Amino acid sequence: MNYLTRTFVLIGVALAANTAQAIEYSAVQADKSTIAFTSRQMGVPVQGRFPKFTTRIAFDPAKPEMAKVDISIDLASIDAGSQDANDEVVGKQWFNVKMFPSASFTSTVVKATGAGRYEVTGPLTIKGKAVPVTATFGFKVEGNNGIFDGGFTLRRIDFAIGEGPWADLSTVANEVQINFHVVAAAAAPAPTKTK
Amino acid sequence: MSTPRYTRVAIGLHWLIGLMIFVSLGVGLYMVDLSLSPAKLRFYSWHKWAGVTIFTLVLVRCLWRLTHAAPPLPDPMPRWQRMVAEATHYLLYALMIAIPLAGWLMSSAKGFQTVYFGVLPIPDLLAKNKDLGETLTLIHRYLNYTMIAIICAHIGAALKHHFIDKDDILRRMLPERKASHPTAMEQIGTS
Ligand code: HEM
Repeated sequence: MNYLTRTFVLIGVALAANTAQAIEYSAVQADKSTIAFTSRQMGVPVQGRFPKFTTRIAFDPAKPEMAKVDISIDLASIDAGSQDANDEVVGKQWFNVKMFPSASFTSTVVKATGAGRYEVTGPLTIKGKAVPVTATFGFKVEGNNGIFDGGFTLRRIDFAIGEGPWADLSTVANEVQINFHVVAAAAAPAPTKTK
Repeated sequence: MSTPRYTRVAIGLHWLIGLMIFVSLGVGLYMVDLSLSPAKLRFYSWHKWAGVTIFTLVLVRCLWRLTHAAPPLPDPMPRWQRMVAEATHYLLYALMIAIPLAGWLMSSAKGFQTVYFGVLPIPDLLAKNKDLGETLTLIHRYLNYTMIAIICAHIGAALKHHFIDKDDILRRMLPERKASHPTAMEQIGTS
């Protein structure tokens, strides 16, 4: 009997460990996720956002180093705070969306930095320029959803966002704060490894 | 008998505010038609900062006016003219308060906070709201058009008093000079 009990316990532990590892948050809820940014014009913070973007994420809090993130932003959808600004920033000197319709980010390294805190690094590509960026984020679970909240500071000149007269950093600051809020549901354990 | 004059403070505030409004009107009308550029952003900021400064000066001026009565208008002026003059002055005070207020609320509604000289954030009383922002822009604009008309009347009246009626209305708002003005003395002598 002793032997049998031990076997069951072992199987139980193995199963438990297995499911714990298999809680991978990957079903992104686009309607609940946002990418917002704050630019500074003449010292005044101005809020904007990118309403259209797609995120592919695979994140298991038990194994953050295995996580993968892929984000692609439809730049033409930008809301830069006013109609004037929206019309301006899609143009050549800013995002030049005709040539470069999207911005993309692909993670290369994800690591835990503290309780519920993580760091993701990878190339951010805008206007054909790939520059490594590191964003910090917090992760928490709410029901079946995993919630990622984080951000980083982008230096627009690194990507030539704002050329010509706009390269003047005293009117529109170089630093643009990017904040993301991504909600991804836990995928069912079986079909996680589809890709 | 000396001509009743405005106080030095009142005179100083009148011309300072007048000059600043003149410049703000010019900058305001000019900047709105510019295509978006760093220069436009700078004009907008300076316009807002000047407007806030004017508003503060106008508050001081109102306090001063409430505690220091304006010199009475000369006797020979017909009653209707006095009434029009006073109405014009009150309307100008009202516009000098309403225009910067509309500008400030408009900026808030459009989602652009006013940060005085880039250092002192002035709170947003309104949350961002596109339609409200557009309405307030129109209010700011038409109040300004109204003020331009009234300022023209105001300047026209002052010049008419000075050059046609040859009275002291304009002079009592001008900085006092040491020497007395012969025309003024004659005017008093004959009235
Ligand atoms: C006595 C003070 C002020 C004067 C005489 C003034 C005058 C003007 C004028 C003439 C315009 C152009 C209107 C048009 O053609 O549409 C304008 C526009 C504007 N003013 Fe003022 N203004 C004053 C105060 C302010 C203040 C305090 C603010 C904000 C804090 C402000 C913000 C603006 C803005 C944002 C515009 C541009 C509106 C647009 O984009 O269409 N103004 N102002």
